[in-house]
Amino acid sequence: MNDDRELWASQPTEERTSTADRLLTGSSPGGPHMTMRPRELATTDDLVGQTPGIVPARKPRQVMTSSQLEAVNLTKSYQKGKINIPVLTGVSLSVREGEFLAIVGQSGSGKSTLLHLLGTLDAPDDGEIYFDGRRIDNLPSAQRDTLRNRQIGMVFQFYHLLPELTTLENVLAPLMIAHSTLSYLRQRRRHRRVAAELLETVGLGHRLKHKPRELSGGEMQRAAIARALVARPDLLLADEPTGNLDRATGRDIMQILGTLNRQENLTIVMVTHDQALADQADRVVHLADGRIGG
Amino acid sequence: MYKLLLCWRYLRTRYIALASIMSVMLGVATMIVVNSVMAGFTHEMQDRIHGILSDVTIECHSLEGMPDLNDLEFFPPEGDRRRTVRERIERTVGDRIEGMTATVIVPAMLSYQHGGRWVTRQVQVIGIDEKTQSQVSDFGKYLQHPENRQQMEFRLREGGYDTRDHQTGPDAPERVEMRNAGWAHRRAKFAGQQLMPTGLQSSGPSENFRPDPFQRHQQMAARQEGPALAPAAAQTGPNENPADWFPPTDPFAARTPSSQFDPTRQTQPGTAVLGIALASFRTPEGEERFLALPGDDVQLTIPTAGTPPKPISDTFTVVDFYESKMSEYDSSLVFVPIQRLQELRGMKGMVSSIQIKLKPGVDAAEVRDQLRLKFPAAYYGILTWRDKQGPLLAAVQMETAILNVLLFLIITVAGFGILAIFLMIVVEKTRDIGILKSLGASGQGVMGIFLAYGLSLGLIGSGVGLVLGLLFVGHINQIADLLGRITGQKFFDPSVYYFYEIPTVVDPLTVAWIVGGAITIAVLASVLPALRAALLHPVEALRYE
Repeated sequence: MNDDRELWASQPTEERTSTADRLLTGSSPGGPHMTMRPRELATTDDLVGQTPGIVPARKPRQVMTSSQLEAVNLTKSYQKGKINIPVLTGVSLSVREGEFLAIVGQSGSGKSTLLHLLGTLDAPDDGEIYFDGRRIDNLPSAQRDTLRNRQIGMVFQFYHLLPELTTLENVLAPLMIAHSTLSYLRQRRRHRRVAAELLETVGLGHRLKHKPRELSGGEMQRAAIARALVARPDLLLADEPTGNLDRATGRDIMQILGTLNRQENLTIVMVTHDQALADQADRVVHLADGRIGG
Repeated sequence: MYKLLLCWRYLRTRYIALASIMSVMLGVATMIVVNSVMAGFTHEMQDRIHGILSDVTIECHSLEGMPDLNDLEFFPPEGDRRRTVRERIERTVGDRIEGMTATVIVPAMLSYQHGGRWVTRQVQVIGIDEKTQSQVSDFGKYLQHPENRQQMEFRLREGGYDTRDHQTGPDAPERVEMRNAGWAHRRAKFAGQQLMPTGLQSSGPSENFRPDPFQRHQQMAARQEGPALAPAAAQTGPNENPADWFPPTDPFAARTPSSQFDPTRQTQPGTAVLGIALASFRTPEGEERFLALPGDDVQLTIPTAGTPPKPISDTFTVVDFYESKMSEYDSSLVFVPIQRLQELRGMKGMVSSIQIKLKPGVDAAEVRDQLRLKFPAAYYGILTWRDKQGPLLAAVQMETAILNVLLFLIITVAGFGILAIFLMIVVEKTRDIGILKSLGASGQGVMGIFLAYGLSLGLIGSGVGLVLGLLFVGHINQIADLLGRITGQKFFDPSVYYFYEIPTVVDPLTVAWIVGGAITIAVLASVLPALRAALLHPVEALRYE
């Protein structure tokens, strides 16, 4: 955790430095979203010294309050023609509120699949997922949509911005989805302010009107992070967020995630194949052969 | 909100969607143009038919005829005394009637000489009352002499017949032969023919010709008293030439055979108005060529009223042409004064039908039904103008319906185009759909994007098509002219259609149906792609490259 600052110091001086610096030091005005959600601060004890989230296979429904996201014995396999390819073979995982968890695995180890399951984009063949103590893997699709929209933010390796929309509109998309046209239009100014401030925070204040294709990879990923955060989620799922970026830009992104985690107490689950990146997280688990290893 | 925004952005960035907009647009524009032209033709035709026929006609089934308006009816309704026909009609529907006239209609043969050969046509002879006929129909409007159009008279005019079709206006091609029509033509023709008597000339008043004693007297008086008294005679005898300038010692007149009839100075006691197509034909260039002119004599052979009917022939002088532009009428109707026809057929006081003109806005079918209660169907046929032309109007309607079905199929084809293009766009946008779903957009929401997209394509396409179609209809004649000039081929051939311009009528309801139908098809065509988008699995969509 402490080498965050070190990493930052080695960063070449750019205009975005100031923004990121504000993020780091907390001196930025930050916008209302930064402080609006009161979060239960995780104690140091909680953050450190917790054994990796291997939990009993059969767990009572009532989960601990400190565990925000809980996966129990997830299995998932894909059908390719007649061959059944098992991807996850009993993954159990527990993520505390405010924790920054890194899941490390080789490519093809199923880490993206696991993230999709946690984000309710896909349903497990077997096993259960709890979010804030509520089982979410078998929710009706409408409720899963709402959950994804309001409580889970996602960041992908390929940024996944909508090419037709400007940066600002991309960030606004979750809000547009959340609100009906009328109520969105009524609160349009507030929404735009929130999104603009968020983009300012990630250092894209000067890029609001640009289309994604006019942005660099790092800028796109920062826009994607802003989009993931605009609905003020409780959980951020990041799938190789630096996978397509050069080292320096990747560090940049990691800075932002780390700051968000610490200052906003945002729970982050990141999957990556890069051990060095994973080391910046509070806790690292390894995924191999469809299982969580030490 | 994101639906509208994305839909809008897709509209602005996917130029392939223009193809679907174009197809909808063309379909809508074509349908509007075709419907307007068809409606124009129908309207023009109905107008003409209505103008030719009176609103309601009471016809007698028998060739013998029925009592005239002012005579007592034959078959009073039960429990009522006999009244005159006029009284009966007025008691039934009098408040809705504007005018009535009696006519005699008989089938006949028309023969006249052209270039030394006889031309014979099968016709309907209609005996009309020149004073009241124009009250019940547009009969007067279709005549070729301006004064006849004001007030019809069965009298040969000195000249002044239209040389251009007055209904079309100054653009119509000139009818050169009509310049001489009238007395000038008659004098010139018979002055020459008296040297070489022809069949027509020698036939004179036919065997069956029983001249009206009064008229006969007038003719003799005019001949005996010579030119000095001729103008005075002309005032009393309607068939005299008012501008007769021939001296009594005219050598041609002196050679006139034993008959005292002088065709250069007199018309036949019977006069007739011919349907224009009976005496003319139209060249492919749209010019009219005449086989006979006002001033010529023609022969009519008609059946008598007795049993069995015998044919009788009489010579009539053509005094005008009738041009309704309905070829069916123009090529088969001959109008003669009703008294003359009654005398010839021996059916004094009897008529074959009564024509009724209704006040504006009165429902003809209702009047017909009420009259049917009072005039027994066994003896009378009571028909509205629509009934009489029912098959023709129905045929036109059928044609329009079939055309519409075919054209709507075209729009449906456009719909399949939209379907294909949309499926393409959905495939292209697969990853975006995955992104939206990962952001929490529901299946319905994603579906909404594409349905809204289809709706906007339909709206824009049919909107532009509507404007284009209406513009095209508004300037159709100029466009036809232009195309004709470019290709050197006449697009709208007046000799085929009897109109000089393409008639159009834009019916707002039809237009609304077309536009609504096109939009519906566009939306329906986008349902399948939209469903496909909605059912995409988010993870697979996100992975899609």
